[in-house]
Amino acid sequence: MSPAGVSAPDALADALLAARLCAIDPGLGGIVLKGGEMLREAVLAELRAGLGPERRIPVNVDDERLLGGINLTATLAAGRPVRREGLLAEAAGGFVVLPMAERLSEAVAGRIAAAIDTGEARFVTIALDDGVEADARPPAALAERLAFHIDLTDARPGAALPPVAPAARAADPPGAIEALVTTAAALGIASARAPGFALRAARAAARAEGRCLVTVADLALAARLVLAPRATQRPAEPEAAEAPPPPPEQGEGQEEAATDTPPLDDLVLAAALAALPPDLLARVAEGRSRQRARANGAGERRLGHARGRPLGARAGLPGGGKRLSLIDTLRAAAPWQRLRGRQNRVLIRRDDLRIRRFEARAEALTIFAVDASGSSALARLAEAKGAVELLLAEAYVKRAEVALIAFRGTGAELLLPPTRSLTRARRSLADLPGGGGTPLAAGLDAARLLAEAARAKGRTPFVVVLTDGRANIAADGSTVRALAESDAAAAARAIGLAGIAAAFVDISARPRPEGAMLAATMRARYLPLPRADAAAMHAAISAVQAA
Amino acid sequence: MSSVCYKRFVRRSFPFSAIVGQDEMKQALLIAAVDARIGGVMVFGDRGTGKSTAVRALAALLPPVPAARAGYQDGTPRKGRVPVPFIDLPLGATEDRVVGALDLERALGAGEKAFEPGLLARANGGFLYIDEINLLEDHIVDLLLDVAASGENVVEREGLSVRHPARFVLVGSGNPEEGELRPQLLDRFGLSVEVRTPARLPDRIEILKRCDGFERDPDGFAATWEKAERKTLRRLARARDALPDIDVPDEVLGYAAQLCMAVGADGLRGELTLMRAARAVAALEGAGAATPAHVAAVAPMALRHRLRRNVLDETGSTVRIERALADLAQAA
Repeated sequence: MSPAGVSAPDALADALLAARLCAIDPGLGGIVLKGGEMLREAVLAELRAGLGPERRIPVNVDDERLLGGINLTATLAAGRPVRREGLLAEAAGGFVVLPMAERLSEAVAGRIAAAIDTGEARFVTIALDDGVEADARPPAALAERLAFHIDLTDARPGAALPPVAPAARAADPPGAIEALVTTAAALGIASARAPGFALRAARAAARAEGRCLVTVADLALAARLVLAPRATQRPAEPEAAEAPPPPPEQGEGQEEAATDTPPLDDLVLAAALAALPPDLLARVAEGRSRQRARANGAGERRLGHARGRPLGARAGLPGGGKRLSLIDTLRAAAPWQRLRGRQNRVLIRRDDLRIRRFEARAEALTIFAVDASGSSALARLAEAKGAVELLLAEAYVKRAEVALIAFRGTGAELLLPPTRSLTRARRSLADLPGGGGTPLAAGLDAARLLAEAARAKGRTPFVVVLTDGRANIAADGSTVRALAESDAAAAARAIGLAGIAAAFVDISARPRPEGAMLAATMRARYLPLPRADAAAMHAAISAVQAA
Repeated sequence: MSSVCYKRFVRRSFPFSAIVGQDEMKQALLIAAVDARIGGVMVFGDRGTGKSTAVRALAALLPPVPAARAGYQDGTPRKGRVPVPFIDLPLGATEDRVVGALDLERALGAGEKAFEPGLLARANGGFLYIDEINLLEDHIVDLLLDVAASGENVVEREGLSVRHPARFVLVGSGNPEEGELRPQLLDRFGLSVEVRTPARLPDRIEILKRCDGFERDPDGFAATWEKAERKTLRRLARARDALPDIDVPDEVLGYAAQLCMAVGADGLRGELTLMRAARAVAALEGAGAATPAHVAAVAPMALRHRLRRNVLDETGSTVRIERALADLAQAA
C-alpha cells in the first residue's frame, strides 16, 4: 500500500504502459506518479490518446466543483438557480489529474474514492505525487484504489509506445488467479484489491498487444507493476536466503502460505517473482516509514478553517473551502432592496455575500524526552513508560497527540512519532532499551526540533523531559563531562528561547541543584519526583499542562 | 451547497452470500438488520477486507421498505415502496450536510424558507455507513450517535425549526492504527467486530475468483447467487417476524449479567446489547427462546469495545472475554 512505486531508469516505459492499460481498462483506477516533472507529460499524452475528456482537480477543490452544485455567480446574475456539473461527472469516460496529490485532504480523497467505488462516472485517476519527505504521500484511501504506483524520480526520457489495436477481451490461462493471489500473499499484501487489479492489468496487457490469451509474461508484468509497489515484506522464497531477516511485522501465516503453494502454480509464481524489482529489499527495509506516514496524515489535516466552532461571518466570496453564510448574506442585502428596485425576488449583489468563519482548536502534542541511560535506573524508565501510556489513554479526549524520544548511549532516537494510537504506542514502548551514557544535549535538541516542527504545522507542543539531569555525553558524542554539561545547558536554553512550554521531571533518587538549574534555563516547570510511580507522574504532568 | 449529491449506490451490488469468510462481520450486520435497536455496528480492520462491500451488499439484499418509513419524512403521506436507503457519509462532511440546512436554492430563487434535508434524513429507514470513522470530526460523530440513539433529528439553526424521524443502522469502520476512537463513543455502538484478510490461500483465491466473476458479468454472477440470497433474505424476514415473541428466560439474563461483571464491562449498555443480540441470534436460528449459548456466541462482538482498558495490560479484549466465558462454563 506504499504509494511510492518502483524507481528505475526505465520507469517511464512502465508508466507509459500503465497509462495504456488504464486506457484499455478504466477499471484499473489509475496511476500514482511520483516525481518526474517533465516526463509526466508523455504519460498524460498517452492517456489523452486513449481516453476522453481530461480534468485537473486542484488540491483545494470544493465539493460544489468536485461533485456538482450551484454556480453561485451565474445564479445571482440570472436570478434563477444555475447548476453546474461536477468535475468528476465531467470526466466520465476520461481521466482526472490530481496535481500535488500528497497535499490532497482526506476528505477530497475520500469523495474521489467513493466516486470510484460507486462507478457512476467511470474515470481514470492520475495522482501526481510531488512529495519529497517520506511521510508526504497521497492519502491511502485513494492510493489503494489506483492499480499502479510508479516512481519517475530517476527515470530517463524514452520513446512513446507504438500504437496498436487492442483486442476486445482476453482469457486467462488456468491457474492465473492462484498465481497472483499466492504472489500477493508472499509479498505480505493484505488488501484483496491488489490481486484483483493485477488480474485486470494482466488481461489489459494481453489486449494491448492484440492477443486474446493472457500469457505468463502478462502475469509477470502485472505482478511487477501492481503487486511489487505494494509489497510489505520479502517473499519467503528459497533464493532469498541471503537476504537480511524480514522485518518483525512479517506474520508467520504468510510464510506458511508461501510454502503451501500448489505445484501447479510454481511456474507462474516463479516467473512473477523473477520479475520483481531488485530494489524491493531496500524498500522493505524502510518499511517503517510507511506506518509513520499513515499515522501522521490524520492529525495535520484536521486543522481546517472549514469546521469547528462557528465564529460569525465576514464579507467575501464563497468557494475554495469557504462557505456561504446565507442568513448573513440576506441580512446584508435586506436594507438595499428598495434602492435596487426589488420586485418579487431578493436582489443580491456580490458585495452582500458573507462567508462563515470557524475556529478550530489547535491540537496539542506532548513530547516526552525520556532519559534511558544507565544512570536512570531501569525501574524509573518503566514508570516513565507507564506515564506516557496513561497520558496517551486520555489523549483522544483532549484532542492531543503524544510523541516519545529516548536518549541513551551517544544519541537520541524518535521512538514514537506523534500519534494518538495506543496500539502503536504500546508497540514502540515495549522495546525501549535502557543503559549507556546520558546524552542530555542530544535528547533536548531532538525534543526541540520535533516541537518546532509540530508548531510549524499549527500544533501546540509541550515538552516533558524525564531525566536525572546528569549529562555525561556531549553533543559531539565525546565523554567530557564539563563539555556535556555546557552542551546540555545550551540545548536547554534553546528550548527556553524558542518559547516552547516544557516541564522538567527530575527522576533521580536524590534530586540535586543541577536539575533545577537546567529547568530554569529551559524556562520549564521543575518537578522533582524521586519516588513517583506512573500514576503520580501522570498526575503531576497533567497538572502542569493544565496550568 | 444544497444540491451536492451523495447518490445511492446505483450499480448492482456484490451478493451478500458471496462474501468469503468474515462470518463475524456478516453475523453482526444480520443481527443489526433484525433488530435496529441494537445501535449500530463498528467494524475494525484494514483496507480492502470487504467492509464496505458487506454493508452495501446487505442493504441491497433487504427487500424494499414502505416509502412512509424511508428517507426524509416531511409529514406528507407517502405511498409505495422504495429500496432500503444506503448512505455513504464522506469524511469531510460538514454539519450542514449531515443534519440538513436552509434550502439555498429556494431561499435565493423564491425567497422561501425551506428545509433541505441532510444525510440523516436520507438514511432514515436504512443504513448510514461511515468509512474511517476515527478520522471524522468529533462533533459530527457526537451528533450521529445522538441521532442514532434517539431516532429523531432535531434541527434548530439558521432560523429553521425542524424535527424528522431518522432511524437508521449506523455502521462505522476504522483502522485502530490510525487513531483511537474515544471510549465513550465506542460504547454507544451496539456491536463491534474485527475483520482481517483471510490468512488461508484458498480463501484468498476464492475471493479473487468471485470478485472477478462479479466484475465480468454482474448480472450472471448475481443470478448464480440468487438462491443463496433468497435464503438469507427469508431467514432475515422470519427472524424479524419472530423477534417480538422470542423469550429471554431469567437464567439467560443472569448469565449475561454474570458475564458482564466477570469481564468488567462498564455500564448497563453491555447487558442490554447482549440480551438484544442474543435474542436476534435466536430469531435468526429459528429458536423459540434465547439460551446461554446464544449469549456466549454474541459476547465478543457485544462486549469487546466496552471493556475498561488497562493501558498497561497487553491482553486483547477478545481474549479476556473468551477467558471469562471459559471460567463461567467451568463454574457452572
